[in-house]
Amino acid sequence: MTPPTPMATEPLLQVRDLRVSFALDDGLVRAVDGTSFDVMPGQVLGVVGESGCGKSVTMRAILQLVDRPGRITSGEIRFRRDGEMVDIARLPPRGAVMRDIRGGEIALIPQEPMAAFSPVHTVGEQIVEAILLHSHRWGEKKLGRRDARDITVGLFRDVGISMPEQRVDAYSWQLSGGLRQRAMIAMALSCKPRLLIADEPTTAIDVTTQAQVLGLLRELQAKYDTAIIFITHDLGVIAQMASYVVVMYLGRVMEQGPVDDIFHAPKHPYTRALLRSIPGLSGQTRVALPVISGALPHPFNRPAGCPFHPRCPDAMERCAAAVPRLLPVTPNQLASCFLHHDEAELP
Amino acid sequence: MADVAGVKAEDRIAVASNWRLVWWRFRRHHLAMVSAGLLIFLYLIVLAPDFFSTQDPERTDARQAFIPVQTVRLFDDGKLSPWVPAIVGKRNPVTLRMEWTVDQQRKVPVKFFASGYRYKVLGLFTSDLHLLVPADPQQRVFLLGSDRLGRDQWSRIMHGTQTSMTVGLVAVLLSVILGVLLGGISGYVGGKTDSVIQRLIELLQSVPTIPIWLALSAALPRDWTPIQVFFAITVILSLVGWTTLGREVRGRFLALREEDFVLAARLAGCSRMRIIVRHMVPTFTSHIIATSSLAIPVMIINETSLSFLGLGIRPPAISWGVLLQEAQNIQTLALAPWLLIPGLVVIVAVLAFNLVGDGLRDAADPYGH
Amino acid sequence: MNEAAAQPLLEVRGLRKFFPISKGFLRRVVGHVRAVDGVDFTVKEGETLGLVGESGCGKTTASRCILRAIDPTDGEILYRTRDGRTVDLARLPPGELRPLRAEIQMIFQDPFGSLNPRMTLLDNVGEPLLVNGVTSRTERTERVAELLRLVGLRPEFMHRFPHAFSGGQRQRIGIARALATNPRLVVADEPVSALDVSVQAQVLNLLLELQARLKLTFLFVAHDLSVVRHISDRIAVMYVGQLVELAPTDALFGQPRHPYTAALMRAVPVADPRVRGQDGILGGEVPSPAAPPSGCYFHPRCRFAQDRCRAEAPALREVAPGHFSRCHFAGDLTL
Repeated sequence: MTPPTPMATEPLLQVRDLRVSFALDDGLVRAVDGTSFDVMPGQVLGVVGESGCGKSVTMRAILQLVDRPGRITSGEIRFRRDGEMVDIARLPPRGAVMRDIRGGEIALIPQEPMAAFSPVHTVGEQIVEAILLHSHRWGEKKLGRRDARDITVGLFRDVGISMPEQRVDAYSWQLSGGLRQRAMIAMALSCKPRLLIADEPTTAIDVTTQAQVLGLLRELQAKYDTAIIFITHDLGVIAQMASYVVVMYLGRVMEQGPVDDIFHAPKHPYTRALLRSIPGLSGQTRVALPVISGALPHPFNRPAGCPFHPRCPDAMERCAAAVPRLLPVTPNQLASCFLHHDEAELP
Repeated sequence: MADVAGVKAEDRIAVASNWRLVWWRFRRHHLAMVSAGLLIFLYLIVLAPDFFSTQDPERTDARQAFIPVQTVRLFDDGKLSPWVPAIVGKRNPVTLRMEWTVDQQRKVPVKFFASGYRYKVLGLFTSDLHLLVPADPQQRVFLLGSDRLGRDQWSRIMHGTQTSMTVGLVAVLLSVILGVLLGGISGYVGGKTDSVIQRLIELLQSVPTIPIWLALSAALPRDWTPIQVFFAITVILSLVGWTTLGREVRGRFLALREEDFVLAARLAGCSRMRIIVRHMVPTFTSHIIATSSLAIPVMIINETSLSFLGLGIRPPAISWGVLLQEAQNIQTLALAPWLLIPGLVVIVAVLAFNLVGDGLRDAADPYGH
Repeated sequence: MNEAAAQPLLEVRGLRKFFPISKGFLRRVVGHVRAVDGVDFTVKEGETLGLVGESGCGKTTASRCILRAIDPTDGEILYRTRDGRTVDLARLPPGELRPLRAEIQMIFQDPFGSLNPRMTLLDNVGEPLLVNGVTSRTERTERVAELLRLVGLRPEFMHRFPHAFSGGQRQRIGIARALATNPRLVVADEPVSALDVSVQAQVLNLLLELQARLKLTFLFVAHDLSVVRHISDRIAVMYVGQLVELAPTDALFGQPRHPYTAALMRAVPVADPRVRGQDGILGGEVPSPAAPPSGCYFHPRCRFAQDRCRAEAPALREVAPGHFSRCHFAGDLTL
């Protein structure tokens, strides 16, 4: 399995107190509200959370793809590039540097591969185009269309697409869901990214195909040593894929730590409740599952204080008044919860 | 919990029907709101054009042809006493044409909400109340000038507004009825019926519109009364106009047939008719209204063009197109540019309809926000 | 409820639903999608039968046939009515079907599309009551209030519109509507798969509680094995339009008797990082129901496949009491 990342190495990506808000007609939605985490080189970071927790918006912010009326209001996204840290949040979204990072150094595997490929060009053409755009990542030599096509065929073979020479000339709608997702992974890998963001890559596909794709991602990660941010709402997928886990709720990080600690010694009440509430393949059937009471609040009605306090079984008076900071609570784990420390976020 | 006002606002939205939500969204669209106000005013004119007229639109007087615009002044010597400057004519000895000049010295006093000629409102009751009339009944005022027969353009525009706005509205209403009925049948029944209706729509849409209007209006008997011509023109406009809406309604029906809540209604035991009337139609009425308000200006333009060409509504009936006929030659334009004012009215009305239609469409789209 | 004595409420025999594939200008029929290709099972009164499989396996089509939302091509759907008659839903004319609709209701997957957005909760939930003869508005209001309380919503909400509610709340509203006519059989089509994890458990608990309280019989259609396992007494596994295995939940998970079921279970990611495995990942893809393979439909992906599997289609047979499998070697394989 993935070896535990030595803490001595420098992080590849540092997100610090990131805030993204959407100014809608009916009010301001703070989709990401002070999120911080690190990604180490070669690490698989799992980001887990329910709808509206801000996990996808965070990823779009990392790629500078937040659409209007959304805006990164504050915070830093430091990315290691040629030995120095650049703050993505300060880069112009359409500038040359950002375009080089996006797709070149950070690639995205989207949830719905059907929407990600153009239906009027073959899958191969689109990947060749991407390779030529970022050709310097394949060495000093100038790449021709032929070379790029050879690379594409090789990538198709790597992601386990049979008959790659024929399949590169297929249109995305001619491929099955599983193949399409594999082609999407090939596209993401086409520029030798150092960071891969997989946004719910297996949500739209069936469980046996999901197992294939997860196996493939694990294999490729070991082979290329690419760091992956794996976003999902599925705790099973997180347990199987991630080495380090970030748990998000309403735009804030509730808890983060090595995968084994998150699943076997969760510190935050939200993580605990979430883990208890999912039915598994073992355990008693047809009995009431422990639930998290209440519902996710409407985005316009964010609770004051800790966002989870109205649903928290351990909520104290203070939780409604102040927002707890994300602080180390064990040598490996960080949690933002007053059960474990007393420090509140500055107002 | 903490924010009582916030909770109240949420409650208000929670019990708001779709129509109220559409209204709330529409209200934010300022340009559309202004346009809606304008349209309401235009339809007030439609209800009682005579009230807004200063004189009988048919009153001719060759000696008072081509009189220029007389503007209303509200104050006389600092006190409220509305008047218009008098106009004196002098025949040019060379061209033998009347030349009108404003005589600032002479004032023609006018009165608001006073009695003038008698008229019938919607054929129901008679009145002689007018928005503005000259204080002396023997005097004539031409707020927007007069035409070659000495008819008052202001009053004629008021009457033209009634015709043109009504043609637009009625033609669209007929189109909506045809479109919803045929489109609905096409979408809900499907199969052969659908094919036949779709082919019919394609046929109607492939016929070039101007020649077909020309042919149809030329076929109208010459001895028909203006009212008959008016209704015939409306029917002709809507016969061609329903196709777009028919297509749209069919598309909605096809999409709605697959919706879960329609299946739920079927599983609950609802009859076909009830599913259509209670579950399907209400979900797209707001869209139909938005689409129709965008269709009205097209109809108005069509009517204006037809009448302008002398093929639509014919004098003595008055419509915007008929009025614009007066401005058909260069000579008139050079001498009496105010005869183009009906064109301005058409532009303003069409713009207002389009803005309101756009606002409604945005407000009716639940996925827009 | 796992009593052997319970009577069958629904018996499905040889159910088939083929959709024609037409091509060209003349819409000539060139083939058929065999969406449901010979399915047999019974649902006992008061039990939950889980119908599980991957997308395109025909589970949804089969359930829509039972609801007569679509007309089956062939087969019998025998249903024992409240007054003790047995009717074949597959062949019932619309006039006789309508009164029975009240007894068989459905819970939908999509909590957003399944409620009429133009109607208040009162009208949404009250609609089945209204069309089934409860014409008095006060009576309907009382019943809707009672139903809303039953599913854990405040009756004051009944004048609100669906847009005011979250996904989980809407799903409760959908459940209240399904229960309005006092149904006996409830077909739940993926009722929790569109919900957030923290809400899923609430709805599952509600379904279990309602079943116990109202003596409901559930046909629970889903793709998520953990969810199906949690709620079902017995589980039927479908693959390419056919049932491949049918067994009581414990027996199925304890000892699956079909290689596909076993592979499906292994493919579920376990929410425990200490149990990481990738052995036995099922290769290949689900074949198209328009052109299924010869013999056993699963043989191209089955690691135990032999010549017989390619040539001869296996029948669904009972390999242990109450445990059915469509595999030639069901008795011999250790899965």
